[in-house]
Amino acid sequence: MGDILGLVGKRLGIGLFILLVISVIIFFMVELLPGDIAQAVLGQGATEENLAALRKEMGLDKPAIIRYLEWLGGAVTLDFGNSIVTGERVTTLIGQRFMNTLFLAAYAAVIAVPLAIVLGVLVALLRYTVFDRVANVATLTSISSPEFFLGYILILYFSVNWGMFPAIASLSQDMTLPELLHRTFLPALTLVLVVTAHMMRMTRAAIINLLASPYIEMARLKGTPPWKVIVKHALPNAWAPIINVVALNLAYLITGVVLVEVVFVYPGIGQALVDSVSKRDFPVVQACCLIFAATFILLNLAADVGAILTNPRLRHPK
Amino acid sequence: MTKIKDQMLIDRLADAAREGKVSRRSFMNYSMAAGLTASAATGLWTTQAKAAPSRGGTFRLGAHDGNTGDTHDPGTYVTFSMIQLIHTFRSYLTLIESDGSLGPDVATEWSASPDAKVWTFKLNDRATFHSGAKVTANDVVASLNHHRGESSTSAAKALLSDVVDIVDNGDHSITVTLGSGNADLPWLMTDYHFAICPANDDGSLNWQSGDGCGPYRLVETEFGVQYSLVRHDDWHLEGAYFDEVVITVLNDPNARQTALVTGDVDAITQLELKTLSLLQRDPNIEIDNVPSAAAITMPMMCDTAPFDNVDVRNAMKLAMNRQEIIEKITFNTATMGNDFHHSPAMPYWPDDIPQREYDPDEAKALLAKAGAEGLSVEIKVADSVFSGAVDMCILYAEQAKAAGINITVNRVPSDGYYSDVWLKDPWCVVQWGARPTPDVMYSLAYKDDAAWNESRWQNERFNELLLQAKSELDNDKRAEMYREMGMLARDDGGTLIPFFPNFVYARRKNVQHGPELAASWQMDGARAASRWWFEG
Repeated sequence: MGDILGLVGKRLGIGLFILLVISVIIFFMVELLPGDIAQAVLGQGATEENLAALRKEMGLDKPAIIRYLEWLGGAVTLDFGNSIVTGERVTTLIGQRFMNTLFLAAYAAVIAVPLAIVLGVLVALLRYTVFDRVANVATLTSISSPEFFLGYILILYFSVNWGMFPAIASLSQDMTLPELLHRTFLPALTLVLVVTAHMMRMTRAAIINLLASPYIEMARLKGTPPWKVIVKHALPNAWAPIINVVALNLAYLITGVVLVEVVFVYPGIGQALVDSVSKRDFPVVQACCLIFAATFILLNLAADVGAILTNPRLRHPK
Repeated sequence: MTKIKDQMLIDRLADAAREGKVSRRSFMNYSMAAGLTASAATGLWTTQAKAAPSRGGTFRLGAHDGNTGDTHDPGTYVTFSMIQLIHTFRSYLTLIESDGSLGPDVATEWSASPDAKVWTFKLNDRATFHSGAKVTANDVVASLNHHRGESSTSAAKALLSDVVDIVDNGDHSITVTLGSGNADLPWLMTDYHFAICPANDDGSLNWQSGDGCGPYRLVETEFGVQYSLVRHDDWHLEGAYFDEVVITVLNDPNARQTALVTGDVDAITQLELKTLSLLQRDPNIEIDNVPSAAAITMPMMCDTAPFDNVDVRNAMKLAMNRQEIIEKITFNTATMGNDFHHSPAMPYWPDDIPQREYDPDEAKALLAKAGAEGLSVEIKVADSVFSGAVDMCILYAEQAKAAGINITVNRVPSDGYYSDVWLKDPWCVVQWGARPTPDVMYSLAYKDDAAWNESRWQNERFNELLLQAKSELDNDKRAEMYREMGMLARDDGGTLIPFFPNFVYARRKNVQHGPELAASWQMDGARAASRWWFEG
């Protein structure tokens, strides 16, 4: 177990360094955008005078590098500063948004992961049958369509034609959990459709790969029923690649949802990021991007740890 | 027309009036066309069209253009969803009524000195903030001063640059002193930046609290997402029929229209014109198509060849088939432009200036006179100017070929269009928001020394009239001056105006409104929440 803890520690250290590099890149990319935050705030109403006054108020008269270092000084003590545009704490500004995104991701994951793995096992079991073909074609079609298109199709049928679910997923604070689940079902379903194919295909491929192994042959010769061969003998050895794919898709559920948020008007973090980029609101952009980056780093780490735990051989690399 | 047919037409008109489908003006026009006298038509209008509003319900409005970075600071209001929100929870000194006239809000009456330099506004005793405090003259002074002075960050600073002093008279009235006369000052007070907020003890403005003295009180605020409000029972004006209002930001046009179709919201702003005919088929939805004072302009720089020749400029204006552009680009949701920046939705509009028609032969003749046959010019345009901007230029280029003019359409990036192309390139396409009066518009973009004089047009007589009209308190004289200025801009100016786009928005059938809709902003001057009601 000790070696795993060592690995986790080492990876977390590297992760922090990556976050630092990312924050530098993001800062200078926001700086490179044409126009500054004062111009973005005042729009067509900008004049020399009020631009100068606003820049002074926002502290934009300081050199870029100083502003970055000031932000970094706060960030190492976990103080991500205030939004330049609204003056509010970044944490209050995006905290609720991030929780919303996590909720939607969790909702989609709870449906998508078991569905994909069960489907994967089933198609491996029934490979080359009609069921296998239909499941493959259906999931590949859904992954090949852009999310907003899938969203529109779902809206057309589920809300406009059949009236089963609301077309927009705007939230209010006094919603009960069943209401919430009902209101956010269509965006969750869209995400499920997008991520299922990848996980299902990987499960299928990993299992089929193993089916040629001698120990599977042995199991079959013993007279074990086919479903048991797959679930009890093949699946445990196939976990490593499956966990990797699941982790990647979970990261996607958090970082890649901006189109789904726009189509369903869901108040998640993706929309907050787009808004703050258009206003050049650097502290908010920075916080959103770092959340995304940290999500990727942590989920990848979790995938590696998971793979090692399910496959003892990986614990002793030669 | 036979008698029976006339009667059927009148009955249909009366129905339409009752349902609020036609404005009073068009009702009168149609009725008289159907053979009614003016007095009979007026009588019919008053008996048929007055459906009494009923109170109650939660009005859910889906508004476009919202951003997480929006704030309560009146100086930096910029997005459209905020404009909808402010008119729902804050008030102004004056307001634009549904019929386009100027009406009282926090100010009950106003008067000017004969030179229009000193204006006094009497305030409404009944106006209260949502916190319960009375609206005092001190609050109003602070609200206006927020946009003045060296350290002001307000986008509306330029509008008040001529103000010398604003004082609290101590008798619940304020006096504004100007450097030069401005007869339009009460109109200017309707600008969405000049919202009335409570003052702090030191005279600065307390906008941060989100307090206001408008028809509804803010309960929940999530910028760029959703706002919920309840009626302010002590509001000083008539209306506010809904018990509650929820404004949801719906940036995606498809999400907006779907939400309306499925009944998730009761009304939405800004329809996608390309799908208008599809939405019209839905029996549960009513579309409001309101001529506005917004405009599309194509300014040609009068100091740059070939546009330094007035014959060339007029040839360019004659080479456009505006009717075809309105049909194909705006799907008939626009008012035809006539090359002077004064829309029929603005006060003092001169209705006797002849419409400029498509006349390629005349354009050819003018070019020959100018010695510029077979002219080749380039126009720059970006997709973001308005939906269909590039298509409009391509269509115009085709139309202009008949006059022997070769127009190259150069499509440039949307990002930075207004900082890199507008005011810099000799010819481009621009969208202007609605301004309340011709003076505001002309002073902003046609005055010889205006920073935004986009066509660099210099005309002595025009500028002389502009100054005279600005301080003229006699409405008839003013109207005559604006007529002459319109003629000058049309025949000498450098700005081609293809059309004034309409405001096109929609509501569920159970949402009712009065016979007319204000043309200052979408949703009845952004006051749908306080002016509209649910069918009883």
